[in-house]
Amino acid sequence: MKRIHVQYFAAFRDQTGRDEETVETRAQDPAGLYAELQAAHSLGLGADRLKVAVNDEFSAWDRPLKDGDRIVFIPPVAGG
Amino acid sequence: MKAFDLTQEPIDTEAWRGRLFDKTCGGYAAFEGWVRDHNEGHEVIRLEYEVYDALARSEGLKILSEAVERFGVTRAACVHRYGGLELGDVAVWVGVAAAHRDEAFKACRYIIDEIKVRLPIWKKEHYVSGDSGWVNCERCAAHAHDHDEKPAPARAEG
Repeated sequence: MKRIHVQYFAAFRDQTGRDEETVETRAQDPAGLYAELQAAHSLGLGADRLKVAVNDEFSAWDRPLKDGDRIVFIPPVAGG
Repeated sequence: MKAFDLTQEPIDTEAWRGRLFDKTCGGYAAFEGWVRDHNEGHEVIRLEYEVYDALARSEGLKILSEAVERFGVTRAACVHRYGGLELGDVAVWVGVAAAHRDEAFKACRYIIDEIKVRLPIWKKEHYVSGDSGWVNCERCAAHAHDHDEKPAPARAEG
């Protein structure tokens, strides 16, 4: 099991009711972790509508997760 | 000076413009994004922007570097607000100084277009109706969010 720190922003913060959480997971990559969290928090968006950041950098969905990684799933942005 | 910044304070566009001045430059182009009073049929009364600070700062600098490299401009800068904004506030400012106007316009356009699609910033609109919503994110929650919609009245049998 790996301990992963997940931070939530905007609609995901509203939907999960929290800014962050630490999860213990067997997920191998961000795609696997998102599937778990999507089910746990009833997140409505598929991963195809998101980007993901690992340790404050954009990441591929199949990057292997390491214990202690900080993950942010990024819902559709609306800057400008 | 920081070429890219995020701030909760009103943007001093004149100060940002002044920092771009360079005597080798003959052209300056800027873009300001303002908070307007409507979006997709809703009357907007105020906005909130939320930002993923660390990633927005690194991505913002990357976009500016790309613009400088791609269009050969001399200087480029951008600042984006977050937190609560009122109608008419400047939400984002982009400025570019270059030897000639053509590259200044192009680089300015490139920066704002990339900011809109790449920067991890989210906008929540608050409407006159009392409702609110995250822009571009209607389906972020699995359950439809509360609209206080009343069921349509039953039609009278004719």
